[in-house]
Amino acid sequence: MAETTQRAAFPIRTSFITEKVGIAPMIAAVVLLLIVLAAIFAPLIAPHDPIYQNPIMRLKPPSAEYPLGTDNYGRDLLSRVIWGARVSLLIGIGVTVMAVVVGLLIGLVSGYIRLADAIIMRVMDGLMAMPSVLLAIAIVSLIGASIWTVMAAITIPEIPRVVRLVRSIVLSAREEPYVEAAISLGTSMPRILWRHLMPNTFAPLTVQATYVCASAILTEAILSFLGAGVSTETPTWGNIMAEARVYFRLKPELIFWPGMALSLCILSINLLGDAARDILDPRMNKREA
Amino acid sequence: MSLLEIDNLTVAVDRKNGKTVVRDISIHIEPGELVCLVGESGSGKSVSSLATMGLLPKGALKVTAGKILLDGENLLDLSPSELRDRRATRMSMIFQEPMTALNPVHKVGDQITEVLEAHTKLSNADKHAKVMDMLKQVGLPDIERVAGSYPHQLSGGQRQRIMIAMALILEPRLLIADEPTTALDVTTQKQILKLIKDLQREHGTAVLFITHDMGVVAEIADRVYVMNQGDLVEDGPVMEILATPKEDYTRKLLSSVPSLVPRPARASVSKKTALDVSDLNKFYGAGRFLAKGSATHAVQDVSFKVTAGRTLGIVGESGSGKSTVARCIMHLIEPTSGGIRVGGQQISGLSRRGLKPYRKKLQMVFQDPYRSLNPRLTIEESIIEGPVNYGTPKAQAKARAAELLDLVGMPEGSADRYPHMFSGGQRQRIAIARALAMEPELLVADEAVSALDVSVQAQVLNLLAEIQERTHVAILFITHDLRVAAQICDEVAVMQRGQVVEYGPTADVLGAPAHDYTRSLLTAAPGRDWDFPNFRPVAA
Amino acid sequence: MPTYFIRRVLAAIPVMLVVAVFVFLLLRLTPGDPAAILAGDMATPDQLEKIRTSLGLNEPVYVQFTRWIGGLLQGDFGTSLISNTPVIDLVADRMWPTIWIALITITLSVIVAVPMGVLAAWKHRSWVDHAVMTFSVLGFSVPVFVIGYLLIKLFALDLGWLPVQGYIAPSQDFAAFAARAVLPALTLASIYIALIARMTRASLLDVLGEDYVRTARAKGLTERRVLFRHALRNAAVPVMTVIGTGFALLISGVVVTESVFNIPGLGRLTVDSIFARDYPVIQALILLTSGVYVGVNLIIDLSYSLLDPRIRY
Repeated sequence: MAETTQRAAFPIRTSFITEKVGIAPMIAAVVLLLIVLAAIFAPLIAPHDPIYQNPIMRLKPPSAEYPLGTDNYGRDLLSRVIWGARVSLLIGIGVTVMAVVVGLLIGLVSGYIRLADAIIMRVMDGLMAMPSVLLAIAIVSLIGASIWTVMAAITIPEIPRVVRLVRSIVLSAREEPYVEAAISLGTSMPRILWRHLMPNTFAPLTVQATYVCASAILTEAILSFLGAGVSTETPTWGNIMAEARVYFRLKPELIFWPGMALSLCILSINLLGDAARDILDPRMNKREA
Repeated sequence: MSLLEIDNLTVAVDRKNGKTVVRDISIHIEPGELVCLVGESGSGKSVSSLATMGLLPKGALKVTAGKILLDGENLLDLSPSELRDRRATRMSMIFQEPMTALNPVHKVGDQITEVLEAHTKLSNADKHAKVMDMLKQVGLPDIERVAGSYPHQLSGGQRQRIMIAMALILEPRLLIADEPTTALDVTTQKQILKLIKDLQREHGTAVLFITHDMGVVAEIADRVYVMNQGDLVEDGPVMEILATPKEDYTRKLLSSVPSLVPRPARASVSKKTALDVSDLNKFYGAGRFLAKGSATHAVQDVSFKVTAGRTLGIVGESGSGKSTVARCIMHLIEPTSGGIRVGGQQISGLSRRGLKPYRKKLQMVFQDPYRSLNPRLTIEESIIEGPVNYGTPKAQAKARAAELLDLVGMPEGSADRYPHMFSGGQRQRIAIARALAMEPELLVADEAVSALDVSVQAQVLNLLAEIQERTHVAILFITHDLRVAAQICDEVAVMQRGQVVEYGPTADVLGAPAHDYTRSLLTAAPGRDWDFPNFRPVAA
Repeated sequence: MPTYFIRRVLAAIPVMLVVAVFVFLLLRLTPGDPAAILAGDMATPDQLEKIRTSLGLNEPVYVQFTRWIGGLLQGDFGTSLISNTPVIDLVADRMWPTIWIALITITLSVIVAVPMGVLAAWKHRSWVDHAVMTFSVLGFSVPVFVIGYLLIKLFALDLGWLPVQGYIAPSQDFAAFAARAVLPALTLASIYIALIARMTRASLLDVLGEDYVRTARAKGLTERRVLFRHALRNAAVPVMTVIGTGFALLISGVVVTESVFNIPGLGRLTVDSIFARDYPVIQALILLTSGVYVGVNLIIDLSYSLLDPRIRY
């Protein structure tokens, strides 16, 4: 028997990515990179001050000076859309990091300590039963809207999904013989959790993180759009659209440009998430092998 | 004219320049003949049979050359609908896992009737009568009730009978059976083999029987084809292959089959009791709120001893409780009651912390070599984990790991590599090295060679014997395979439904069994009359 | 059957209790005087006192909680701080538009999405599959209100086929109701269709790789029969699950859609209450929607056993 049975555990090669995943994620990565760059360098790129009001330039059509036209306060739409990327990305990243870190910790505890599990899972079921947008607006309306409260309000409903994922992985991984072997080797419980169980969660968590990020950006936009988000002074994609609602018949592009930026941003993240899943999902690998 | 004639068949991975998995094989089967296609994993035996049925997984494998003639008609030239017409009417197939091969959401009777619906225009009454008749022929009891059952309500043997009924109801001239008894217990296997043989004789059906088990071959085959890594090695009438194999590969394969005749008893090396289990009991599933059914008594008053340097085998079929015993001893699950003494120290009922000093005296080798090593740790990291837990300095543990890897016959440079770079047999060696690193007094091997091909199995068994000679470790060997038990164990305990029914020296238990159940296990062992390593019948 | 049923129903109780505790604590744990938060900065001491008595804020927390839960069990969801009417009446007033739109959305989504997913799985890696997957990822990514405005622009403003906004009860004028319900339902359905189509495809692909599908083919059955008789039913459970969990998305979507299309339903009531800081109404709405969510998922859970005999009653 040939003693080199190749079972690829980490089959991530560049050729693999282009062959199996296709070009859509590549484009998505480029688009997302552009949005990130626009957000970081907004003060340098944006042609105008996004909050400077110019009453004589209200609702102007696109021109050389205002490439996308102006809004009802005479502010430059393009500059506002560029600045809007900042809040969206900040919220997206912040919520993802918090939800993943908190969810991972709770999930590990839940997956390993049976007594805690029963309680934690009931709480998580309860949190999942509450519609995330309703919960978030309730929190924001009580505590007051700032970027931090919005972030916290969006994080809370995202946590249960991470917890459930981590817990289910831990539950199935702890049945693995190598975990039982570690128990027989006298490895302590925290160390088993850290060294043998947690690494199993990384690949699925990466995929889940992209979905959390996309969902957070979406929820933030909904909150802003409903008027329950970050202060209306701040240019966010949701706020721009909320203000433009009244003028929709007159100037629909006031809604469509920020809407497109938002959609593209979420779409790119989702496409990258799908690509990550295709690469990391062990079942897919087994099917291809 | 042959019934089935496979000419120079080549199957390859369905990709540009895809690797060939079956190369240029030719097989013929005459009407009414039972032909075995035998080989180890990766030999291409299943692929050949799926190619015949036109069931190769789409987009994964494809036939690149050759012909498959059934009654002179090339199946590879047929349109999909023509091929469908041939299935179940002229050729049928049964599979290894009858649980997954039957649709879980339909009643089994309906699943058989469906074959008639697809290929005949019988009236409902005729269909029903035919299905009932077939169920009777495959020896099922209480056929009306069985027909109305879902697959999960039947036993493994019953499910395989249903599969056979489904396959033979239209009296096809060819039945392909792909490892149909591998997932079954040995006593059930015997009944299914007999059923296939009987039906083959009664209906004159030709059977292509795919198996890895030489015992099964000796039991049922008229003619044998041996395959290895996609190539046909040799073929011939069964007696010729078993008695006078021409090719080295076949000889090696046959000599790897452990003999059922117990090996001569070994002189004992020590009086020291390594493990003493007394009145062990384990209940499952008690005390759940609103749970259905009562607790299962998985292990019932089990007692035995293992002395240093000796091997005790616990043999039994699935559900006998043998693995539960092993897991209780390892404290992977808590026994309900009973004593477990290791080196004289009572360890049952100890807390996790109290147990720690004794854990290292007990080590385990698991069944599935693909899951018993953490894929993210290097071999060295896996091996030193235990000693480091007990305070051995890292450098010292690493040096010891290198020695152990050498001892278990791993090539140099293995230490820094990851498990996926090794074969199943090698991983099992690594797992043994990991256990030995703890310098245990008792090694529990739970079906440790069952997942391995027979040639690899022989090597791992030799390794265990060697290690025992050197280190005088006691071994508790859990297995369903009487052949393996006969060759490695000094003593054997036979378990049935949670109880030890017979316990004694291997030569007595397997040579002159006292209990009915042990006897029935022995008579059910396929190929028990043939002494494979010596290419001759067992001397009476 | 009864044991399984009772266990499932009992399991829903702690979930609802968690929701209740959470909703209750949300106001009480918010830093600052709850009454002041609700009344806003311009409140007079009189108004504050009125809110305190109305919500029982002067009592110890546990008394407040037991009294509140006791009221809930008797169907008393509290009284609106703004209109002084019982919350339950407000909800009864506003719920029909939401129920109608939600029912149309769910029906539409299932009818469209399941065949889409089946087709994609059946023609795996064909252009149909790619088209379905593209649609699905778009449905996930483009926010509901952007879709809403796109549809309004296209079908109402540019083509003039449908009215822009508003709602008319079906009992009043069914044609007018239907004309006004199409766009909100389509808007709301986009994400639901994406979700269900994707899950149908994935689940069916899994099932098509199962051994019993190979057996069905080995029996000489036609591909159509393999698909409809052997694969679909086995693939149904995950699809049902996602219809249930996706219900949360639907509820969130309702809030936005009603806002875009100016529909006087529960979604609008939510938004209005939030601006008015009418906490008893918000509280009741979160409880109610969670209750509906838990109820829907309970029904789905119980229906699994009809699909799969292995799930015991």
